[in-house]
Amino acid sequence: MDEKNEAPFFERMKPIAAQMMKGVPHAKAMGLEITDIQAARAFGRVLFREDLVGDPETGVIAGGVIITLMDSLGGVAVVAALEEATTVATLDLRIDYMRPAAPRRDVMAMAHCYHVARSAAFVRAVAYEDSPDDPVAHAIGVFMLSANAGRKSGANLEPPKKVTKP
Amino acid sequence: MSLPTPGAMDTLSDTLNRIPYARFLGVRPELHGDEVTLVLPYKEALIGNPLLPALHGGAVGAFMELTAVAQLAVTAGAGAVAHLPKTIDVSVDYLRSGRPIDTFARARVVKVGRRIANCFVEAWQLERAQPIASLRGHFLMRGAETPDAV
Repeated sequence: MDEKNEAPFFERMKPIAAQMMKGVPHAKAMGLEITDIQAARAFGRVLFREDLVGDPETGVIAGGVIITLMDSLGGVAVVAALEEATTVATLDLRIDYMRPAAPRRDVMAMAHCYHVARSAAFVRAVAYEDSPDDPVAHAIGVFMLSANAGRKSGANLEPPKKVTKP
Repeated sequence: MSLPTPGAMDTLSDTLNRIPYARFLGVRPELHGDEVTLVLPYKEALIGNPLLPALHGGAVGAFMELTAVAQLAVTAGAGAVAHLPKTIDVSVDYLRSGRPIDTFARARVVKVGRRIANCFVEAWQLERAQPIASLRGHFLMRGAETPDAV
């Protein structure tokens, strides 16, 4: 046994779950919150807001909000499945909108990172109003690990490197 | 520069004006013939990774989904879409991180059936040939005669 008996990494993420999205401007702008973190799992929600409606005829939150929610929680679930903090980047994300969302309701979501490979991690997620057993949408995503590797802070402010073809 | 198809700009503006979330993202429409280009002007509220900094993948995905919906409305023509097309599924590929600059997207309607449309969307920044992300998806076209049910 490890003498320091250090808690698993996700246990150290738990207390800061509520603050996690505060440093992510887009998540903050839509009021996206992480509500809980468990081993390889992340829970979160977006509270209903008029400016997030996708179709005023139905009063349902936009599909785009669900994309952002699934993407964000997927990334957190991946980190919660690891031994230490790393940067992750979404490679692909597939979302099935299984039924119309209930009008004017908050959207909850739960993401589970079900496998971690050397360079990529695999995630399933559901979005729902009341219970994960009755999902509005289902998502499956693949995330790249150590996404910032070799790229310095501010890298995207530099002009792109020209690839010279032989 | 080609002129917009008559009436198409009205359909496009009307479609986007109906979507509060499109205003939240801040998208701006352009139209060449019957081809929609949506512009996502850069603002700090779109950032997902403040270190690089990079646009949020969710914002880019949502922007491409909106582009598909807007193009489908224009393709169907004014009045043909009594209700906004409804997304059935989307699959997003992230190719490059989105820089903190304006992003553009265009949708190709691969097929429109009686009820279902298949769309392919690409988003780019500095060069059209270097897309930052792509999306393919199915959408339910809801004319006056086909009410809600998926």
